Amino acid sequence: MDINEFLNHFTNLFDDTDASTLTPETNFRDLDEWSSLLALSTMSMIDEEYDVQLSAEQMRKANTINELYILTQAKI
Amino acid sequence: MTFNPFTLEGKIILVTGASSGIGKATAIACSKMGASVIITGRNVERLQETFNELEGVGHNQVIAELTDEDQLTKLAEMVPPLDGIVNNAGIGSKTPISFIKKTDLQTILDVNTIVPIMLTKNLLKKKKMKRGASMVFTSSISGICSVDIGNTLYSVSKSAIDGFMKNAAKELAEKGIRVNSVNPGMVNTKINEYSSVSEEDIQRDMANYPLKRYGNPEEIAYAIIYLLSDASAWVTGTALKIDGGYSL
Repeated sequence: MDINEFLNHFTNLFDDTDASTLTPETNFRDLDEWSSLLALSTMSMIDEEYDVQLSAEQMRKANTINELYILTQAKI
Repeated sequence: MTFNPFTLEGKIILVTGASSGIGKATAIACSKMGASVIITGRNVERLQETFNELEGVGHNQVIAELTDEDQLTKLAEMVPPLDGIVNNAGIGSKTPISFIKKTDLQTILDVNTIVPIMLTKNLLKKKKMKRGASMVFTSSISGICSVDIGNTLYSVSKSAIDGFMKNAAKELAEKGIRVNSVNPGMVNTKINEYSSVSEEDIQRDMANYPLKRYGNPEEIAYAIIYLLSDASAWVTGTALKIDGGYSL
């Protein structure tokens, strides 16, 4: 697992956001497309790709993609 | 002598999924209304806890994994002729459509849909439903009128149960058997505890309920009692919403 792969999985969840604008430091909560479905999809993606189950409470602590990555990595 | 059209005195009632939540509350309430209750569940200790809370005598408990065909058949064979059954065992799911796995779909359909249908079939085939008996399915508002993000699998399984319920109501009417469902909104039970749902999400969701709270298991159990009792003798094929006004 590395941050680029994680970023790639994460950006794949979006339809209307230009993937090239997303970096590890992007605050995903500020994105226009961010929604409750994307939050649920992010948790499902992390479960499917990394077999890690993040809770909503844990996810709330993350604002940037890198923070999400670190959270996930810590639970592998 | 007190007037009580909702009495279950003298009735034998089978409750599946009785080790927790709505099933547990229903089993206990049925016993308090005078019924002899047969409870099933998968967990020995938790089923025993429910059993200990039943009032009166003549109750039975059966540990059974009903997704196992042999155990389901055996349950239908061992029970006496019934006045009522509450098909309550169920599981939840919180999955966006693009992450649905075939195995998850199969599992939820197995527990929420196929087991209640096959248990109904087996009980009928073995003539275990008396004339005048009442069959109740614990469904959900998501089976009839409510949709939500991530709730697809659960909703699909409950929609199928409500479809089955209505067809069974028509087909079994000539045997004098009534078939109905209860369709709760969110109830405070373990089935609704998802790690993917935060406390904040819950508070926000609760605000969507005109009565400003989720339901309690007993509040569903009381509706089930109505459908099991002779008070509802002219009610069949009904999906009874109990949702604090959510679907209005």
